[in-house]
Amino acid sequence: MIEKNLIIIGGGPAGLAAAKSAYDSGERDILILERENTLGGILNQCIHNGFGLHTFKEELTGPEYANRYVQQVLARNIEYKLGATVISVTNDKVITCVSEADGLVKYHAKAIILACGCRERPRGGINIAGSRCAGVFSAGTAQKLVNIDGYMVGKEVVILGSGDIGLIMARRMTFEGAKVKAVVELMPYSSGLNRNIVQCLKDFDIPLMFSHTVVDIKGKDRVESVVIAQVDEKLQPIMSTAQEIKCDTLLLSVGLLPENELAKFANVQLSNVTGGGVVDDKMMTNVEGIFQCGNVLHVHDLVDFVSEESELAGKCAVDYINNGKTESDYVELQTSGGVRYVVPQKISRKVDTGELKLKMRVANVFKNRRLVVEVDGEEIFSKKRPVVAPGEMETITLKADQLDKVSKGQSVVVCLKEV
Amino acid sequence: MSKIIIIGAGVVGSSIARELARYNADVLVLESANDVACGTSKANSGIVHAGFDAKPNTLKAKFNILGNAMFDRLSVELDFPFKRIGAMVLCFDEKDYPALEELYHKGEANGVKGLEILPGDKARELEPHISKEVVAVLRAPSSGIVGPYEMTIAFAENACVNGVEFLFNKKVTNVRKAEDMVVECADGTSYHADMVINCAGVFADEINNMACDKKMQIVARKGEYMLLDKTNGYLASHTLFQLPTKMGKGILVSPTTHGNILIGPTAHDMLDKENVSTTVDGLNEVYKMASMSVPELNKRMVITQFSGLRAHNVDGDFVIGESEVKGFYNVAGIESPGLTSAPAIGDYVAKDVAKIMNLESNPNFVPVREGIKQFSTMDDTQRAEIIKKNPLYGKVVCRCEVVTEGEIVDSINRPLGAKDLDGVKRRTRAGMGRCQSGFCTSRIMEILSRELGKDMTKITKFGGKSNVVIGRVKQ
Amino acid sequence: MKEMICICCPMGCHLQVDDSDKTNIKVTGNTCPRGEKYAKDEVTAPKRMVTSVVRVKDGVIAMASVKTSAPIDKAKIFESLDLLKGIELVAPVKEGDIAYKDILGSGVDFIVTKNVAKK
Repeated sequence: MIEKNLIIIGGGPAGLAAAKSAYDSGERDILILERENTLGGILNQCIHNGFGLHTFKEELTGPEYANRYVQQVLARNIEYKLGATVISVTNDKVITCVSEADGLVKYHAKAIILACGCRERPRGGINIAGSRCAGVFSAGTAQKLVNIDGYMVGKEVVILGSGDIGLIMARRMTFEGAKVKAVVELMPYSSGLNRNIVQCLKDFDIPLMFSHTVVDIKGKDRVESVVIAQVDEKLQPIMSTAQEIKCDTLLLSVGLLPENELAKFANVQLSNVTGGGVVDDKMMTNVEGIFQCGNVLHVHDLVDFVSEESELAGKCAVDYINNGKTESDYVELQTSGGVRYVVPQKISRKVDTGELKLKMRVANVFKNRRLVVEVDGEEIFSKKRPVVAPGEMETITLKADQLDKVSKGQSVVVCLKEV
Repeated sequence: MSKIIIIGAGVVGSSIARELARYNADVLVLESANDVACGTSKANSGIVHAGFDAKPNTLKAKFNILGNAMFDRLSVELDFPFKRIGAMVLCFDEKDYPALEELYHKGEANGVKGLEILPGDKARELEPHISKEVVAVLRAPSSGIVGPYEMTIAFAENACVNGVEFLFNKKVTNVRKAEDMVVECADGTSYHADMVINCAGVFADEINNMACDKKMQIVARKGEYMLLDKTNGYLASHTLFQLPTKMGKGILVSPTTHGNILIGPTAHDMLDKENVSTTVDGLNEVYKMASMSVPELNKRMVITQFSGLRAHNVDGDFVIGESEVKGFYNVAGIESPGLTSAPAIGDYVAKDVAKIMNLESNPNFVPVREGIKQFSTMDDTQRAEIIKKNPLYGKVVCRCEVVTEGEIVDSINRPLGAKDLDGVKRRTRAGMGRCQSGFCTSRIMEILSRELGKDMTKITKFGGKSNVVIGRVKQ
Repeated sequence: MKEMICICCPMGCHLQVDDSDKTNIKVTGNTCPRGEKYAKDEVTAPKRMVTSVVRVKDGVIAMASVKTSAPIDKAKIFESLDLLKGIELVAPVKEGDIAYKDILGSGVDFIVTKNVAKK
């Protein structure tokens, strides 16, 4: 058993930012375990630009953004292992890791940060009927094949789901000479960023069909066509609207799910809404000394916010290593009125970070609303939002005096209200 | 040496091939797909039936009972997953109670051991998640579950190491009697044999009708399934049937040998014998009917759907025996309980053919086959050891099912090794987990490409034109 | 009056552009000066950043990602991308290396955005 103060599982943007911040908070005994052969995580295949405006005040591509953090970790000489897959984590913080280089190694850590990201919802998860032939990819799988491995996945493409990866891949496939025939979205709105709808679809006249879904995939060996149909308000397909689109490839961008297999091993309490852990304002889960940050906690749209959240997790993990758990008395945050979830889900009665960011997603597209925090029925925070949408994470920053009220409250509700 | 051709490398063809390897004969298996277990054998319920459902005094009843008894030994000998977990037939209405009793008596007549009828409350003690509507169940402790393609692969591998030759992508277009039997394939090749054994599944009628005047009709009866995430494994510990209908055994809810929950199948007769696509209606029916047995089933926990075609003989029973054409042997209409019966059919047919052809036994036959060493089921000491021996076991390729590069390389390089993504998947489970190969597709393609010395653009999902990528970018 | 969504950053501001007078285009709805510039460019000469990949010989991975060093004419995106066909950089390549100089005489280069080590 190898003893470590802090082990960070995952060397993507969340893990790297957490490591850097832990180091800068004075911790030197840090180990990052990364299962891939490079640091940087999924950003390495997100070759498009649009990252880093918040963190670095300039527009970077995914690999460049990742490399900024990689360089900061390297400059601090933080230990990391590549090709190292963690196969279990226990609630007394024993990690079992395997790699080609070191074999099976057991570590014990004073604190663990789970930063293992998310995965894509597969075809099976949305029950699309039809042939199980080749040519159906999740968008991220196609992205890796095209951007890292250099292989083209198809010539005529239909994309189901208008999440950002789907939109980005529509442009990417177009750039590589494929014809993207349609992007089909089940909901009456896109869960992707507006800018991506403009620069990935509109720029290339790719039709975006809202309230439609794929009801059949045809083809013996390889996809030959897909059948799409409009859906009713209960999201059930209206078969009389079915139309067949000839294509050789179907890309799926139908949602991301926090990858919480390891958290389950350690008995970390998970949220049914986010799929990630339930954490406090220090990013600690219900298991003492196990922290979460980034997409394993809840799926973000912007990596900048992953970095920010992870830096907080790194700092708090070090605080825990040095001082132990200092809080046991929490206020749970409730949500209502169109707010689907808020992270963190609970706040200690003594928040000492000065200010606190609450991140949340709404359940639908709403216009002219206020994001409100109510403590025992009294509004202590209100922020006007002309438009809110499920695809765009909302953030509230509570200042010290507002936090004071939250900490004293019994019922704290985060909600949307009419202006 | 006597020459024997087996048409079809499904579970029946592979079982017969393995049993024939016990004799001195030149055995060749011709398979139209790119791998073994590509038809009905890969897409079925994976149930080792107790035998209460088969009509007494039929071949189905006979081979069901004989086959069931062979699994404990065979699964160890050939190293494939099998668990004798028992089954329950759920009765939702007092009115149907006589039907349940009839099953009980049919089971007794067939020689099924240990059958008991339990009241609903008693059944819920054993299976707490079954519906409150269940008033009684028939419990059959001898029922089991098996990995159907793992079993087929095990038979085929063992046949192969004992000298049986397998050829793939051999679609048989004609079988005719000349001086000996001649089998012609779509690629222009032809093969001669003293005996042709027809194990062509849903196509067994077409093969029969090429060779024989006495025509046969096999209907492809589609069954659609949904597979649920392993986290739902707690929902059932027995295979849970509903009272059977004339189309089959109804929709079941069952654990799989790997801890998932399988629900299905539907039963719809198909004209197109290659149509294994799932349908909106079919999947809805599966979910709706399965939810009657286990109301807690959650559609969001489904990780994949598939369908298979049962080879239903319109005359009802299995067809097993030499046809009116000497040298042409039918093993046809092997629908449920076909998987259960397969070991016993293999044993019977091999002995029968050996008798007809006067075959001598093969003293060099090795009955034992060792499967791929599965990392996910090892304890940490075993894991540490195997990585020391073969560091590729330290490289986890499939995260969800924890499958290592060591296993994938073994699956490709062992006898009758995997040649495509689905082949790797069925042998190692890589890509069978909750992400359904989202992360590991490109890694497995690279390993296939490296081990087979084949360009990435030639790597397929399941042979034929199922290529995964179509070319290179920027060239 | 034209409505457009600013693509400069993920905020995606909804812009209103009055371009009835081409010499005095008025932009509202933007939260930062970049929005105004974007809208003016968009109605006169739209430009886009372009990202893609190029082959790398002997690299640990097959492709290196690239971007244009500045936005290029939207109308010339595909012509520009064609220039990357057949190019093969040799590992190691470094972030910031020039993959293709002076795209179609624009003075804009394709520059590498990822370090690719030698195999």
